[in-house]
Amino acid sequence: MKNIKQSLAVSLWFIFLTFPLMVVKVNTSDQLVQWRWMNILWIGLATFVLSFVWRYALARKEARQMAAQSGQDEQDKPSRIQALLEDQSLRYKAMIALLIFALAFPWVFDTYQSTIMISALIYVVLGLGLNITVGLAGLLDLGYVAFFAVGAYSYALLNHHFGLGFWTILPVGGILSCLFGVILGFPILRLRGDYLAIVTLGFGMIIKVVLENWSDFSFGPSGIANIDKPGLFGLKMDIAASTTYIYYIMIGLVVLTIIVTARLKNSRIGRAWIALREDEIACVAMGIDMARTKLSAYALGAFWAGMVGVMFAAKTTFINPASFTFMESAIILSIVVLGGMGSILGVILGAMILILLPEYLRAFSEYRMIIFGAAMVVMMIFRPQGIISNVRQKYEFKGLKEKSENV
Amino acid sequence: MEYFIELFLGGLTRGSIYALIALGYTMVYGIIQLINFAHGEIYMIGAFVAYIVCGVLTIYGFHGVSILIIAGLLAIVYSCAYGYTLEKVAYRPLRNAPRLSPLISAIGMSIFLQNYVLLAQTPDFLPFPALIPDFEFMEPIAHIIGSPELVILVTTLVTMIMLTVLIKYTKIGKAMRATQQDMSMARLVGINVDRVISTTFVIGSALAAIGGVLVASYIGQVNFYIGFIAGVKAFTAAVLGGIGSVPGAVLGGLVLGLTESFAAGYISSDYEDVFAFGLLVLILILRPSGILGRATKQKV
Amino acid sequence: MSDTTKRTLLEVKGLTMDFGGLRAVDSIDLTVSEGEIAALIGPNGAGKTTFFNCVTGIYTPTDGDILIHPKDKPTRRVNGSKPNMVTTLGMARTFQNIRLFPDMTVLENVMIGRHCRTKTGLTGAILRGKAARKEEQEIVESSYTLLEKVGLGEFANEYSKNLPYGAQRRLEIARAMATEPFLLLLDEPAAGMNPQETADLDALICRIRDVEKIAILLIEHDMKLVMNISDTIHVMEYGKKIATGTPQQIKDNPKVIEAYLGEETEA
Repeated sequence: MKNIKQSLAVSLWFIFLTFPLMVVKVNTSDQLVQWRWMNILWIGLATFVLSFVWRYALARKEARQMAAQSGQDEQDKPSRIQALLEDQSLRYKAMIALLIFALAFPWVFDTYQSTIMISALIYVVLGLGLNITVGLAGLLDLGYVAFFAVGAYSYALLNHHFGLGFWTILPVGGILSCLFGVILGFPILRLRGDYLAIVTLGFGMIIKVVLENWSDFSFGPSGIANIDKPGLFGLKMDIAASTTYIYYIMIGLVVLTIIVTARLKNSRIGRAWIALREDEIACVAMGIDMARTKLSAYALGAFWAGMVGVMFAAKTTFINPASFTFMESAIILSIVVLGGMGSILGVILGAMILILLPEYLRAFSEYRMIIFGAAMVVMMIFRPQGIISNVRQKYEFKGLKEKSENV
Repeated sequence: MEYFIELFLGGLTRGSIYALIALGYTMVYGIIQLINFAHGEIYMIGAFVAYIVCGVLTIYGFHGVSILIIAGLLAIVYSCAYGYTLEKVAYRPLRNAPRLSPLISAIGMSIFLQNYVLLAQTPDFLPFPALIPDFEFMEPIAHIIGSPELVILVTTLVTMIMLTVLIKYTKIGKAMRATQQDMSMARLVGINVDRVISTTFVIGSALAAIGGVLVASYIGQVNFYIGFIAGVKAFTAAVLGGIGSVPGAVLGGLVLGLTESFAAGYISSDYEDVFAFGLLVLILILRPSGILGRATKQKV
Repeated sequence: MSDTTKRTLLEVKGLTMDFGGLRAVDSIDLTVSEGEIAALIGPNGAGKTTFFNCVTGIYTPTDGDILIHPKDKPTRRVNGSKPNMVTTLGMARTFQNIRLFPDMTVLENVMIGRHCRTKTGLTGAILRGKAARKEEQEIVESSYTLLEKVGLGEFANEYSKNLPYGAQRRLEIARAMATEPFLLLLDEPAAGMNPQETADLDALICRIRDVEKIAILLIEHDMKLVMNISDTIHVMEYGKKIATGTPQQIKDNPKVIEAYLGEETEA
């Protein structure tokens, strides 16, 4: 009974809250007011139900925290999926199956599907790149799309002016945006985390303003068209063939990114990033050079964005500043956050879900951003580790006292 | 010289709006060390509510200043309600979470509120009526400063004075200052910290709503996206002045407004935003604690 | 210790630290020699942790000299050096309010300590060449050995946040030891421990001095522990040093007794 009263109050409050925006719609030119009374009902019902769910979830979270404090951490027991993930032989089988599926994809599905898959893969690489900066090193970068733009524009411009090919520029784009990362990172990485967020946000906006206004350099808002697609020994390709080709390049890039991030994650550098994220003061007190460690995470994240930016320009053959808005940075960030900060598999899953779902569920795509926003909040409150939580490597100690002989 | 004065007053007007929004950032940051990314959206919602109320009242035959007052008050009420709810839903459950969590939650909330207004209303720019009347006594100097600018400056000034009195002399103001200095200590001496935080959000939201109504009627249009840009600028102002410091936010707002105004007037208006952020980066490098901020040492 | 032939490791002269108008540490002189366990005691707020923070580079002191004399290396003045430099030069510390890396495993926490003694870079980590793999193996093994030494071997793959309190303190010590220091600075290592854990800690600290040959400077409120293991005790009050001596001398010093009057001395 008390619960129902509470939920009723919540729902009344939200009806009041949403009244002007959800119910009233003014058309000043025709002098008409449109009253959408039905919305009250929906809002009332939805918030009524949601408030129950919300309270239940909060209570459960609290109970779990209590349990954790008394030493029985339920949350840390690996979930069933997590246990499956750690099963090595199963993991290899799954990986091989996935790879076969990925390789067969363009032959099974049509060009349109491949094109969609290419954009999803682009976001996979972006997500994995940002995962280094945000997920591992804990540096909140809200202007990540700027590095994507640097890569895309370096290919578009170098191709337009000098006719340089895709394969030449692919590493160049990565290195250029890495350099950008270092130049920008040098002064600002000394800042506290939240300042960093706002400065990177500003940087993202500056890049866009510059691209829009410096027409002599970037051709302004109209952008650059007729960018060459990637070539294969001067072979002439039709659209289908070239899409398939790009698809395979993307698969290659994704695999490369996965290998590199996976190796880094459990290396001396990767551990330093994570330690920095966990506790800056303890980290420097243990002899880690903070500036260098931050800079390497920031620049390496930028590197992948630059590479995949080149890819993006080559795929669309047309770019303009409108592709590099804050919305893109926000989408990439939600991929990392929802997928699971620090977790490679989580980020890949996150990218697939967040990019493919709106593509296939057209009705959903209109509500895409509002759902992402809400999901970020809900995730932070109830499952901050993301869909797949980051699992640290376990070590065996050969030749030492304790011998655990498996794998 | 006249051009200079025009730019100066324009910058001052713009700066005082930044200051109004920046206060919300700085007060919240002072208490819970969180950049409330959704604060700009609260400002936008204030402007939007005012737009809707104005539209309805105009159609039903109301006139002039009465519209301004009703719309302004409702905008404040709604912004406060949104600010209060925002804190309760998105930040309170994360009070003891790692630093990054509430920040991401705030970004999520900002995206959510933007798209909520976009879906509930429209993605288009809407014409906002000029609510501020032209005063007769302003006519001799109207070529230098218009009535809207005057109203904005005066309103900001009055609001600032009220805020200062509130923080300095009222009970809740004292509780706010105590919570800002040491939250756990404040709790020990019997201050209801949750209520203080809520109040801070409500006050910040009210200031943002005032800014929202003033700027919307000054510029003449509203849109779901205005809060984002204004929010980032205002945050820049808050950092510029020294985050956590109330006079700092005001000073930062004015400095930012003037910088933008002069840079746009003498150099190029295309790169207005670039100057603002250039200034921010410069300040953060040279004096990370801001103009009036004190350097704090983290306790180890 | 009466043995004056021992080499001095840390030499602090006239160290002063002001916070605004407040003088938290007031011209402190202090030395720590090889093979010594030195304790820094004093009532709460006497400036002990601030002293630590100055010595380890977290604060830059207002005045004074901090000189270190590492073995086989020239003397260095470390005022204002970054904390990571100080650690690299051979002084490692623990924290009063435990600062572990909660979402890393126990072993990884110690492996972080190895960071400044190893050098695999980005390319090494990506290519995983022979040198990188060998170094990684060395890091894992030496870190595990250290865990065994502090009695945490069996928890190596647990998340450090799941360790009991006393074990977390010992893990902090192991992590600091992983940086191969010549001097270990422990900030209230026994805080929050039960008598059994404190006794274990007592033995551990002596082992570190005798077996690992690492000198120790510790801040501690547990007088029993301090009196048991210290070779030298320094007493601070209101930012000033009021006494130095052996445990027996300190016990009998009237100034110290006065400073502690009304203070709880857990004996």
